[in-house]
Amino acid sequence: MTDLIKISKTIKLFIGGEFPRTESGRSLPVYVAKTKKLYAYLCKASRKDLRNSVTAAQSAQAGWAARSAYNRTQILYRMAEMAEGKREEFIETLMSTLGYTKIAANKAVNEAIDAFVYFAGFADKYQQMIGAVNPVSGPHHNFTSSEPVGVVALICNSKFNLGEVVAQISAVIASGNAVVVLMAEAGAATLAPLSEVLATSDLPKGVVNLLTGDLNELYQHLGTHMEIQSLSYQGSNKKILGELKEMAAGNMKRVIPPINDMLSLDHLVSYVEYKTVWHPIGN
Amino acid sequence: MRTISIQNEDGNQIAIQAFPIDEVGANERADFFTKRSVKKDSKLSALYLALSMCDLTTLEGSDTPGRVQQMCAKARFPVPPDLIEPYLIKRKAGPIPSVAAVCVYPSMVPIAVASLKGSGIGIASVSTAFPSGQAPLNVKLDDTRFAVENGATEIDMVINRSAFLSGDYQQVFNEIVAIKKACGDTHLKVILETGELGSYDRVRLASEIAMEAGGDFIKTSTGKINPAATLPVTLVMLQAIGDYYQRTGKKIGMKPAGGIRTSKQAIQYLCMVNETLGPEWLTPHLFRFGASALVNDLLKQIFKELTGQYYYDKVFSID
Repeated sequence: MTDLIKISKTIKLFIGGEFPRTESGRSLPVYVAKTKKLYAYLCKASRKDLRNSVTAAQSAQAGWAARSAYNRTQILYRMAEMAEGKREEFIETLMSTLGYTKIAANKAVNEAIDAFVYFAGFADKYQQMIGAVNPVSGPHHNFTSSEPVGVVALICNSKFNLGEVVAQISAVIASGNAVVVLMAEAGAATLAPLSEVLATSDLPKGVVNLLTGDLNELYQHLGTHMEIQSLSYQGSNKKILGELKEMAAGNMKRVIPPINDMLSLDHLVSYVEYKTVWHPIGN
Repeated sequence: MRTISIQNEDGNQIAIQAFPIDEVGANERADFFTKRSVKKDSKLSALYLALSMCDLTTLEGSDTPGRVQQMCAKARFPVPPDLIEPYLIKRKAGPIPSVAAVCVYPSMVPIAVASLKGSGIGIASVSTAFPSGQAPLNVKLDDTRFAVENGATEIDMVINRSAFLSGDYQQVFNEIVAIKKACGDTHLKVILETGELGSYDRVRLASEIAMEAGGDFIKTSTGKINPAATLPVTLVMLQAIGDYYQRTGKKIGMKPAGGIRTSKQAIQYLCMVNETLGPEWLTPHLFRFGASALVNDLLKQIFKELTGQYYYDKVFSID
């Protein structure tokens, strides 16, 4: 038998649990880091792909938040399991497109898996840690509890770090938010294994949506979209961050500037809203 | 082709053609309308037009006078004028139209009449033991008379599917004629409940019977069963309307109802009407959408067109 030709994977977007091509039909080339030869064409998402993602996230969010905290934990842990199974593919993508050594790539995957497990652990514990029974003067119980903010748009750092991207996604969804992620151009090819991990972890469709595209073309639409409740900008461009803050005022989006401590309770808490309830004491 | 002979109220025999419908062709033709791209100013006018064609509907056992009053307020002003005024001025766009009519159960007609006084918005009432139509004719007639006497301007009746599916077309015809008589000058819409008819051939035949018997509008569905309105079913009915117009010169209206939730779908329907019957049917007098969720999506898209940013429907009232 003659040798088979290598069947390479078409890397598409991840919207509403499906893998569509961009509706615009446009693409971005990704090159092999060492040889500068073409590695693959990725989808260059348009504002309509973005809109579809927000719609998908919006319709998935309430159901996801209604799951038990324990179930969200199970699903995040399942992602770690699935990522372990995809280790080779992650390593190959990181080595080819970002020029990582095998050791560095392996370490990056370890960090990603660790991030999944970290937030899996927190998903059913953070509420006890940040909730409170507050002392008040009067015949009332006074409780503070937390709720997810809703649909979060996450703009990744242009300096790619797999562990950070996974930590950011996990921190957002652990509390019951849905997220639309605009991946940076560098490292965008990891969308393929990452989306397959998400798609096979019993995560409800639409809770995480992954897009690759041109930030300059899309951030205004993220900033002004009224169905996005929180905007997380993890890049380093101060001008964009400033503009996003201005646009976010339109529907009082919460803007999350770059997070320093990826694996922390504070990171998760950036995406929750506090609710305080007064309840009369009676017999 | 089969011809069905029916006796009209004067005792004359009329022949109704049972046209066979090419199912694959109808589906394919309908699919063709989903590929259109309507943008910018054309989109804005299509959205305005669709909004002006909506029959804002609530047909639930849980309807209360309060809910109907709230819906009537929404029918007059789908968006609070203050909220949208600045954007309209900026874009030099006309005011947001009110909807064509509200659609309620007969018992809610007096409430709707009081709430919509002076607005020019129609009051449609379902009748004839909606949605099943499984009641004796005298009950159906009383149902209709009650609605008309209390001020309904339009009656949405259901055909007797039990008789239709047993082949008793004369009975179906007679009932429509009787209801039309009870309606007097009130507009009559005849609901075929296409989801229960089973084939496009039957949809076409039921359309012919409804038009011959005096229906002013034919309507796809009650909205209570699935499938409700679809593009191909509506296409079959529109073609029946077109052929009837050719034969008699009488313009019958069309109302798809149920399952039309997005602006995109609504625009597809408008394209289909325009290209099947022509622009003279693009008026609320001859085309309506039976919908409730659609209105908020239309408003959302109108805001998107006016402001340039993606809008959310949480700012609009739910009912």
